[in-house]
Amino acid sequence: MREVCIIGVGMSKWGEIWKQSLRDMHTDAALKAIKASGVDHLDSMYVGCMSCGLFVGQEHLASLLTDYMGMCGLPATRVESACASGGMAVRQAFIEVASGISDIVMASGVEKMTDCSGDEATYALATAADQEYEVFHGATFPGLYAIMACAHMAKYGTTRAMLSAVSSKNHTNGAMNPVAQYPFKVTPAQVEKSVMIADPLRILDCSPITDGAAAVVVTTVDIAKKLGKPYVKIIGSGIGTDTIALAQRDDITTIKAATIASKMALKMAGKKITDIQFSEVHDCFTIAEIVVAESIGLYEPGKAGPAFLAGESALDGKFPINSSGGLKSKGHPVGATGVAQMVEVYKQLTGQAENGRQIPNSPKIGMAQNMGGSGGSSVVHIMEVA
Amino acid sequence: MAGIVGYGAHLPRHRIKVEEIAKVWGADAPSYKKGLMLREKSVPPPDMDTITLSVEAARNALKRSGGIDPKDIGAIYIGSESHPYAVKPSGTTVAEALGATPDIHCADFEFACKAGSEAMYVALSHVKAGEMPYALAIAADTSQGAPSDALEFSAAAGAAAFIMGTKNLIAEILYTHSYMTDMPDFWRREHEFYPQHAGRFTGEEAYFAHTKGATSAILKKAGMKPSDFQYAIFHQPNGKFPQRVAFEQGFTQEQIDPGWLAPILGNTYSGASPIGLSSTLDVAKPGDMILMCSYGSGAGSDAFIWKVTDRINEVRDLAVHTRKLLEENQIYIDYGTYAKYRRKIRKNA
Amino acid sequence: MTMFSSRNWREYPHRYRLEASKFKKSGKTYFPKRMVDPETGDTEQETVNLPDTGKIVTYTVIRIAPGQWGDQSPYGLAIAELTDGTRLMAQVTDCDVEKIKIGMEVRIEFRRVQSEGHHGVLSYGYKFVPKWY
Repeated sequence: MREVCIIGVGMSKWGEIWKQSLRDMHTDAALKAIKASGVDHLDSMYVGCMSCGLFVGQEHLASLLTDYMGMCGLPATRVESACASGGMAVRQAFIEVASGISDIVMASGVEKMTDCSGDEATYALATAADQEYEVFHGATFPGLYAIMACAHMAKYGTTRAMLSAVSSKNHTNGAMNPVAQYPFKVTPAQVEKSVMIADPLRILDCSPITDGAAAVVVTTVDIAKKLGKPYVKIIGSGIGTDTIALAQRDDITTIKAATIASKMALKMAGKKITDIQFSEVHDCFTIAEIVVAESIGLYEPGKAGPAFLAGESALDGKFPINSSGGLKSKGHPVGATGVAQMVEVYKQLTGQAENGRQIPNSPKIGMAQNMGGSGGSSVVHIMEVA
Repeated sequence: MAGIVGYGAHLPRHRIKVEEIAKVWGADAPSYKKGLMLREKSVPPPDMDTITLSVEAARNALKRSGGIDPKDIGAIYIGSESHPYAVKPSGTTVAEALGATPDIHCADFEFACKAGSEAMYVALSHVKAGEMPYALAIAADTSQGAPSDALEFSAAAGAAAFIMGTKNLIAEILYTHSYMTDMPDFWRREHEFYPQHAGRFTGEEAYFAHTKGATSAILKKAGMKPSDFQYAIFHQPNGKFPQRVAFEQGFTQEQIDPGWLAPILGNTYSGASPIGLSSTLDVAKPGDMILMCSYGSGAGSDAFIWKVTDRINEVRDLAVHTRKLLEENQIYIDYGTYAKYRRKIRKNA
Repeated sequence: MTMFSSRNWREYPHRYRLEASKFKKSGKTYFPKRMVDPETGDTEQETVNLPDTGKIVTYTVIRIAPGQWGDQSPYGLAIAELTDGTRLMAQVTDCDVEKIKIGMEVRIEFRRVQSEGHHGVLSYGYKFVPKWY
């Protein structure tokens, strides 16, 4: 297996981007990543996208996007695993480069979510849940995570204040991120006064509907050295799955797919979870950040919430989580999210995080955890400075 | 020997009081309460309809049937004027839910408020004729009354189900008699949402003429008189009509009491006298004689004379009692909620 | 949009009669039915009908809901464990949403779950109601 790295990253503007189409947003991010990497060509591309068919009525995405990048003919495939599509695209690129099949591969992600009504967007997102045994009964995504939150609160005494701390901390970080959709601070009191969506989750516990794209160029360490641009090594990649339907799980206070993915990535990297210094975590809802932190082994079950309340996950805390602002503040264009997490870890490890968002003391190892649906899939990458 | 092998009812928990409807339309609540003897009525929530009420009532009937195999039910007939589909049977859905498909005959009956007793009559005929071991008759409605119409104070929802058979009877059928004429007292044209009625013409020549016609004929046929019966149930479009028809023919308040539900249930249309029978069976003793007389506009009455058997004592408590469903754990709603539930508010589709 | 009619029809055994797979080797019951026992890989099974009572193990109250669910909100959505240990998700109906709680005893009732607009098919299935008798 060859040593693989990320060299060059790019992101489009995230938010309600009325002036850019799906193809334009992707081209914007992809060309930025190519320019930053210094490569003169790509060997192939994997694009993560959850549901372009439902959001904008466009399938056959990879061919369309390579055409608009001016690279018609490039081997390209779309990868789908709900909200983990982006991270899965990165993993495919990683495998292709590591195996020696290709030298320079783009991993990108894109989602255009505002070209349909709110109801249609909710429907499209809900296709990541079990259509016949959850969505049929009126389940929504906030509803599914709320059900997990209710169980977690009952089992471990997780509190409203702990959930609010996650939202508030992520908004504090996102306020410093130039691409964030909602770059402003939110106090725990504001979270607690915001409208209830699905008990106990309020609107400020939920990630938004976002348009956006992100791209990274994946290559070998040998090629990266010649290109002379900042790069970080991908030293571990892991993936896990679980039942889609929550009722089928033995324990819904943990996300097994994330546990499997993180163990696999750590094993490949030859690291322990305590070696990791910071992480991007899939905080589609505040409860997810707590459950995932426990599932990947950062905290014992029930211990993440109190630690977050004590500030351990803040930028200057013991283990910073979501320095980017997370899905909550930065936005959550579902297919792009997993790639954008890689962009943030890359920036942190190369000292390029903007506006005072840089994690202190130059961290050397970071993690990105991306998740599909209500935890039916998860992908984890571990990156290390070169 | 033929009769009822299992019976059961189902009612919504939601209720609306007469005062709540009256205040919206500026109507005089006391006159409805006193004049028509209506205090409140059941309201089906949006996730309940004739099919769902039928399934639950039938499941209760199965619980009292002594464990018959649903596959032995040869026919399911559902009488209702609120079948959820104009075209597509309610019966097949109920049959599927009970596990009684595919070797079965299904039909949906319609005859204003008499559709339920019609289903009972046909189901009884099948088992009497030896065509099948069991036939299931269901009487169910989620009736609609037009906003501000007198019917809005009474139109209610509920269901009763009766498994007819020839063995292990709870109540044996002794006599039946049907009495009908062409009577334009109440109707709903195709594609219309609410029924219409002919006001006071629905009384003397319609309800009273037919219920009395059927009752006197069946009493004559049986050679019986009102005092031979422990209980009697008459169709109940309100509280007053069944009481008046009972008294005028020599029945007493004590005889109609167990099945006289309209004052707090409202008019469950096809379900009315069958639910009354279900409630009466809940308190009947072996050997009791019960008269039941339905009425459906258009118009006709089906009368039945039942004789309760010893088995009633074994099965009575195997399913929930009708009075319990009627008198406990009600959920009272306001007119706005009622209007939303009954789709009386115009919305964008 | 997919054709709802056929998709719904296929699920009748589960939605109408709560049919589940009971696998021979493990003795475990899975709802809805499936071809392979996730634990043992066993394919030998019998069809059983789930019991109709259980207890809520976790829940939410959905207050903002899309499309046809909007008319019903707020509504309870719960996972209940039935008396045989099987778990399933369904709406909690006929219940003040503020009174839903973990451990609440529920009964399964046959209800209309969805309507395909004013003109399309109606779909029926199971919902939880508070067990009060």
